Amino acid sequence: MPAVLIDDVHKRFGNLEVLKGVSLTVEPGQVVALIGRSGSGKSTLLRCINGLEAIQSGRIEVAGHIVDQDPKHLRELRKDVGIVFQSYNLFPHLTVSQNIMLSPRITQNVPQAQAETLAREVLAQVGLSEKFDSYPDNLSGGQQQRVAIARSLAMRPKVMLFDEVTSALDPELTGEVLLVMEKLAKGGMTMLLVTHEMNFARNVASTTIFMHQGKIWESGPSRELFSNPQTPELRNFVSAGAH
Amino acid sequence: MSLQFESVLAETDIILDGIMLTIGLSASAIVLGLIFAVLLVALRTLAGRWAGIAVDCYVELMRNTPFLVQLFMIFFGLPLVGIRMSGTQAALLAMTLNLAAYATEIIRAGVDSIHKSQLEAGLSLALSKRQVFQYVVLQPAFARVWPALSSQFVLMMLASSICSFISVQELSGAAAIIEQRTFRSFETYIIVTVIYLLLALSLKVFLLWLGQRLFAPVSGLARVDVKAEAA
Ligand SMILES: Nc1ncnc2c1ncn2[C@@H]1O[C@H](COP(=O)(O)OP(=O)(O)OP(=O)(O)O)[C@@H](O)[C@H]1O
Ligand SMILES: [Mg+2]
Repeated sequence: MPAVLIDDVHKRFGNLEVLKGVSLTVEPGQVVALIGRSGSGKSTLLRCINGLEAIQSGRIEVAGHIVDQDPKHLRELRKDVGIVFQSYNLFPHLTVSQNIMLSPRITQNVPQAQAETLAREVLAQVGLSEKFDSYPDNLSGGQQQRVAIARSLAMRPKVMLFDEVTSALDPELTGEVLLVMEKLAKGGMTMLLVTHEMNFARNVASTTIFMHQGKIWESGPSRELFSNPQTPELRNFVSAGAH
Repeated sequence: MSLQFESVLAETDIILDGIMLTIGLSASAIVLGLIFAVLLVALRTLAGRWAGIAVDCYVELMRNTPFLVQLFMIFFGLPLVGIRMSGTQAALLAMTLNLAAYATEIIRAGVDSIHKSQLEAGLSLALSKRQVFQYVVLQPAFARVWPALSSQFVLMMLASSICSFISVQELSGAAAIIEQRTFRSFETYIIVTVIYLLLALSLKVFLLWLGQRLFAPVSGLARVDVKAEAA
């Protein structure tokens, strides 16, 4: 059974059709990159997968959950599906460890001591053990994003979604975040990521999907896709340096 | 004109009792009103449309009628439906209900100011809407509107003087009694003015201190301090 199954999904915002029949699958342990121009529907697709947006038609299954808009189903689904956003979205009033422990504590009833161990574990995973008691505001963007990843990992997700997690970062800080993601990928995490980092997509994702105007325009093994684009749109996109 | 404070100062006991009652009433109304306000905001944010409309109606009712009239409605009206209470109890109830309405409006603005991405981050971590409100939204919202809330608290403390209209002997009520006994109106109110001023300033300073203690990591002010220290 695929970790993510998307079947003929249509999504409209009012009269604007943003996803026009998207189908794809992600197998367990697979890393899939989503690329495409601004406005092509990449973020919307990710947000549909964890139910932040409702779809008009089609079917989405992820980590064994069928995505609908029932709040109870959504909560169960989101325990298994992590998402990391471009803008980190750490909670500013909580320390790094409190950010990480919040959901395990209140949605999975993990005892405090165990939650702390968990927080230390995931912080070590992203190389930020020493920031346990810091507040997000006192961290660099790259560090905040790594904490956001750690916060997701603390849920022990089966699938991780990443939406342009390095786009808000200064160039010298993107590397540390990409490194963490690469480590995750090597560790066998199932990942679906929207990225403008073409090198990362080429080298880390086994499959890359090019979205254009709300459709999957072209997809295939990353290296082939980049070295031998079939459609003029992808060729343009790749040669334009991805932006 | 000669000012004579001796006879007024001879009534220090009444003044002190008045001060204590003003502080007691204000502190209780602030705490109770704030709790009530948080419940109302939660209701408005989380419960359905009709609950929201009911909360809005309550807020508008309290904010668009004079406090004195609200006080009279409670003090003279409630006994008619069989609810008896002392003047002090009526005063506390009126102050609480009045403050709750203003605080609801202020906190709601704070809640609305929290960026949608914070809510989505909470929901994406499998929190329920109530949990997002409680753990993600409430504290930053409070931090943002704490200055506005603080002003409202001070205004309420000053408005407690109106409760002397139903013979509650808080500071203004105490002043009225002293005035009758000594016939030294001007001196009495000079002293009362100074006391109110000191109470208001102390409350303001206390609230500022409290806000910094409670909300340090989320307030812009504290952030600047941290950076300044690091530099
Ligand atoms: N909540 C919304 N309401 C209305 N329109 C929206 C909403 N969210 C997105 N859209 C529109 O849907 C289209 C796709 O947006 P989406 O954010 O999915 O694009 P994207 O591929 O992620 O782009 P980018 O690379 O800029 O992030 C855009 O035209 C956008 O304006
Ligand atoms: Mg996007």
